[in-house]
Amino acid sequence: MRLRDFPAEELFLQGSAACQGCPGSAALRVAFKALGRNTVLCVIASCTSVLQSPYPVSALNLPTLNMAFATGGAVGSGMTAAAERLVARGEFEEKPTILVWAGDGGTYDIGIQALSGAAERNADFIYVCYNNEAYSNTGTQRSGATPYAAWTTNTTRGKEEWRKDVAQIMVAHGIPYVATASLAYPTDMFRKFAKAREIRGTRYIEIQAPCPPGWKFPSSHTVKIARLAVQTGMWMLYEHENGRTTYTAGTQRIIQGQAKLLPVEEYLQAQGRFRHLFHPERDEKRIAAIQKRISDVFETLQFTHKMKEHLMDIEISPRL
Amino acid sequence: MRLVETGNHVAAWGARLSRVEVVSAYPITPQTQVIEEISRFIDEGEMECEYIPVESEHSAMAAMIGAAAMGVRAFSATSAHGLAYMHELLHWAAAVRLPMVMVNVNRALGPGWNIWCDHQDTMAARDTGWIQLYCADHQEILDTVIQAYRISEDPRVILPVMVCYDAFVMSHTYMQVDIPEQEAVDRFLPPFRSLWKLDLAYPFTHGSVIYPDDYEEVRFSMQQAMDNARRVIAEAAREYRDMVGGYHGELVDAYRMEDAEYALLAMGTVASECRVAVDELRESGYPCGLVRIRSYRPFPVAELRELLAPLRVALVIDRAISFGLEGPLFSEVKAAVYGNGGPSIHGMVTGLGGRDVPYDLIAENAVAAFQGKLPPGSHWPAVRLNEHHRLVKRSLEEYWKKEGVR
Repeated sequence: MRLRDFPAEELFLQGSAACQGCPGSAALRVAFKALGRNTVLCVIASCTSVLQSPYPVSALNLPTLNMAFATGGAVGSGMTAAAERLVARGEFEEKPTILVWAGDGGTYDIGIQALSGAAERNADFIYVCYNNEAYSNTGTQRSGATPYAAWTTNTTRGKEEWRKDVAQIMVAHGIPYVATASLAYPTDMFRKFAKAREIRGTRYIEIQAPCPPGWKFPSSHTVKIARLAVQTGMWMLYEHENGRTTYTAGTQRIIQGQAKLLPVEEYLQAQGRFRHLFHPERDEKRIAAIQKRISDVFETLQFTHKMKEHLMDIEISPRL
Repeated sequence: MRLVETGNHVAAWGARLSRVEVVSAYPITPQTQVIEEISRFIDEGEMECEYIPVESEHSAMAAMIGAAAMGVRAFSATSAHGLAYMHELLHWAAAVRLPMVMVNVNRALGPGWNIWCDHQDTMAARDTGWIQLYCADHQEILDTVIQAYRISEDPRVILPVMVCYDAFVMSHTYMQVDIPEQEAVDRFLPPFRSLWKLDLAYPFTHGSVIYPDDYEEVRFSMQQAMDNARRVIAEAAREYRDMVGGYHGELVDAYRMEDAEYALLAMGTVASECRVAVDELRESGYPCGLVRIRSYRPFPVAELRELLAPLRVALVIDRAISFGLEGPLFSEVKAAVYGNGGPSIHGMVTGLGGRDVPYDLIAENAVAAFQGKLPPGSHWPAVRLNEHHRLVKRSLEEYWKKEGVR
């Protein structure tokens, strides 16, 4: 799949109320193209509640229900149960894709209970967390997804805790499909949505969404920051199904040795929210701590990859 | 078919006969049997329904909203803490204008933990935009659940309906109930109707950001729907009587009010206890009647003004308290008849947390009220320092002394 092969039909319309360089609207556009018209959307309280445009107009060209903050997993469950009945009654020829669209606040923090419940019941819908790593809609407060050392309006000297990893928590729920995606790799994102559409059960896709006003970088740099996140290992691209994790796109290339893992500084320095790590003087300790976490993960992954390749090189007797 | 069943199982029968298609619920005492019975109906193939065993009441209501938005009939049941926990979404369900029915078994809120009956839970949900109907016997639970769908889905209304009945006194006691024929119910209750649904052919966005001028318009439309609901509730009660059978009054259920000079006003099972008190009072020479409020929202303003106008004294019994004022029903009855002449109105708060409300307590206080001997504001006739209180207070006083608390 190349960019030029994406369907021409736009289900995310022009004239939205999004900020310049908004990653949320870009992610919606790719997701809608991959999922197509037979999709029912539920938007959970987030920037998307606003960027879709206020009543009486809408940039969302799908039947859409806006819902309260803590409800994502539950609304998806209710919609899919109803769709099940409508298929049984013959009102729908084909069950529509149920898409729940939430931010990291609505997923990591206030909505995790409903999401966990839905995943445990394996309710049949796609849950998307577009993760801008803070409560951007209310002016950038820390969330459970805010990375270590990042500035927010209530972590003014940088967050002291490490972020949690909801994608891995969803893997632990044993649902049929978990994937992470990045705006800098739209074909990878498209493929993951198209794949998720064909799977039944709870599917979780998390998209890193660099937020220009929240992260403090120029609005023309959204994709650049998203790419740097993957290239420095701050954001990893993978999909998990049938008990197996497969790394994809930029992350796969680093693990397989086709690309170099860039120093995390390049990512941190490009954003105002990490400025205090470099000004007025370099905070070696915190930068090193972030780098060590990433390097440890990638060393292990690269080692495992090499071992696998090595094992595959060994000729195995068919009798074994 | 005639059954002897618990109030909870009867509520489940109401959902079954209404051909509910999605049930999402979370267990809580004393509601649990409702959802257990529905699960059994589904497992035994007696009900074509998706059951979502959600992980909280907040999610129960969210799932109901999702299901109703897709265009199917949704049901849930809860009580007390569960109702409080889903409070945010009660507002959401009503304001997004979706029809649905939920049963609430009226129970006290903690602390201390108390699973018995009072009306504090639903009184606190009074202003959410839900229609609230209160039942006084098992047959009424069944009939009201079915009527509730008809009311909720009426194009003049399209608001969610809460069917309320008392914990244990009704939820767990057995009473004889006539289960109507499915065909009769089907004639009374047409297939699911709504003002809107999530329609793939017409991709509308619902519930997005709305500015003040439009917001107030929507809230006004809800108030209009509530006003319309008064007529629709009455029609539903009458048509149900004619088409299915069973009649329990309309917005109010009046008993011996024809020649009454005095009246008791109450909701739920206390109203049943009041019937006995009314008979007693009549024997002791007080021409007394009973007005049982079935529909608390919309509030039966016209009915009360008419019924109370010729009276000398009325006594309102609340099973809830609006802290800092008085019993909420007491306040509202007074507000309803304000400026209409009518009786002097007294209020009494009792039966909180399941405290017994015997008919003789009601009759005794009614006589005091009729003779103008009750103090102003809500009177709490059963409250006294009982033995536990005295014991606990003594040990607390010792502790305060030790800690130097004055």
